[in-house]
Amino acid sequence: MAGEGDGGSGRDERVPVGRRVFLSLGALATLGVVLGSRLQSAARGALGTGLGGLLPFGDRFRLYSITGGYPAVAPAAYRLEVSGLVERPVTLTLADLEAMPATRLVRTFQCVTGWSVPEVEWEGVALSAILERVGVRPGAVAVSFDSYDRADTESLTLDQARLPDVIVAYRMLGAPVTREHGGPVRLYVAPMFGYKSLKWLSAIRVVDRVEPGFWERNGYPVNGWLDGSTGPTDPREGLV
Amino acid sequence: MARGGGSLLRFSATQRAAHWANAALFAALVVTAIPLYFGSLFGVVLARHVVEEVHLWCGLALPVPLGVSLLGPWGAPMRADLARVSRWTHEEVEWLRRLGRRALRADKFNPGQKLNAVVVGAASLVLLATGAMLQWFSPFPVAWRSGATDVHDLFAFAITLVVVAHVVMALTHPAALSAMVRGRVSEAWARRRAPAWAEELGLDGPAPATEPADPEPVASG
Repeated sequence: MAGEGDGGSGRDERVPVGRRVFLSLGALATLGVVLGSRLQSAARGALGTGLGGLLPFGDRFRLYSITGGYPAVAPAAYRLEVSGLVERPVTLTLADLEAMPATRLVRTFQCVTGWSVPEVEWEGVALSAILERVGVRPGAVAVSFDSYDRADTESLTLDQARLPDVIVAYRMLGAPVTREHGGPVRLYVAPMFGYKSLKWLSAIRVVDRVEPGFWERNGYPVNGWLDGSTGPTDPREGLV
Repeated sequence: MARGGGSLLRFSATQRAAHWANAALFAALVVTAIPLYFGSLFGVVLARHVVEEVHLWCGLALPVPLGVSLLGPWGAPMRADLARVSRWTHEEVEWLRRLGRRALRADKFNPGQKLNAVVVGAASLVLLATGAMLQWFSPFPVAWRSGATDVHDLFAFAITLVVVAHVVMALTHPAALSAMVRGRVSEAWARRRAPAWAEELGLDGPAPATEPADPEPVASG
């Protein structure tokens, strides 16, 4: 940065303060990037969750909407259509979902772009239970999901859809899923990055091939496992 | 080049254009960052991806004004000022260390202004680099993406405060602001605010020569 230009003639010896400050900030930022998540956990540990929440970074949801709005669906009007290669197509209400056995999860919500929110509480119905209820027909390979926003779509292989920590969630953060977080009902695919957890879930279609969803058509991996692997099978298998 | 009444060229036209182009990009970045960061507070007015695109392109364009004003045949004033901002005298270091409570024969820029320029420049590059990591994240491990997110947020907050202070200084120092608008300062101002620079231009002598301009950071007079 510091050129040896004509900073004026006849000056005494000078100190490259500017260059030092410049390089120090660059080094600090690099360190922050490389140590980032660890620094954040350390800061959170040191400050506690209360104070840590005041930090101007980390630990917060960034709300995405690909349509420019949040679809408004009243809980009483909510319907989840389950169709496709199934024995018994069904349209479920929120009450239907709540009447099914509940699955509770507490996980870090991790966005593929880096931000995360630790220890988010989720509650909903295991997707596997819904698939069992409707009966998957032979020839089915994958499950596609639609959103009330009429734009977002997602997909999972049948095996992924049957993982115990893939749920159709109606509670999040200790309360009914809010509109901005995808309520009243959204998908939560715990072993994968956030973009797989489609918001404002409107339909589940059992299909004969994986149909890449909105984010996948925009360059994200179809299989977005949290460990960064992108194969179809659960990288956690065999480790458990 | 000095006009009658004794004025000095402080910032060349190229430098002024670069400054205001940079300021416009920065403003666009802040304005688009607000709904991206505080989505939960503001709701979504425009489609998020539109806001994202604007933020992305303004971010990518951020180095252009400085780069163009620095390189090329018109870049001499900017290069000279860059050297000036980078290398400090011991007196300046001491002045800053005592937070200005010390006499100083100020250069074209005082140490506060120099520091502002350096910090803004460094932070802009950091924001550009981390922003690019967030946009094209796939080569980086997830921990780095998290780190880049935090560094991006933190530097953005810090730089916004610095720029707010810069604007306050500019608004409270009309002569300095006017130099960034029209390019010139009066000889009297130069003698008072930047005596070392004035002397360098031979102001103690008869008529002043023209000095290559420079980017003025904070207008802390």
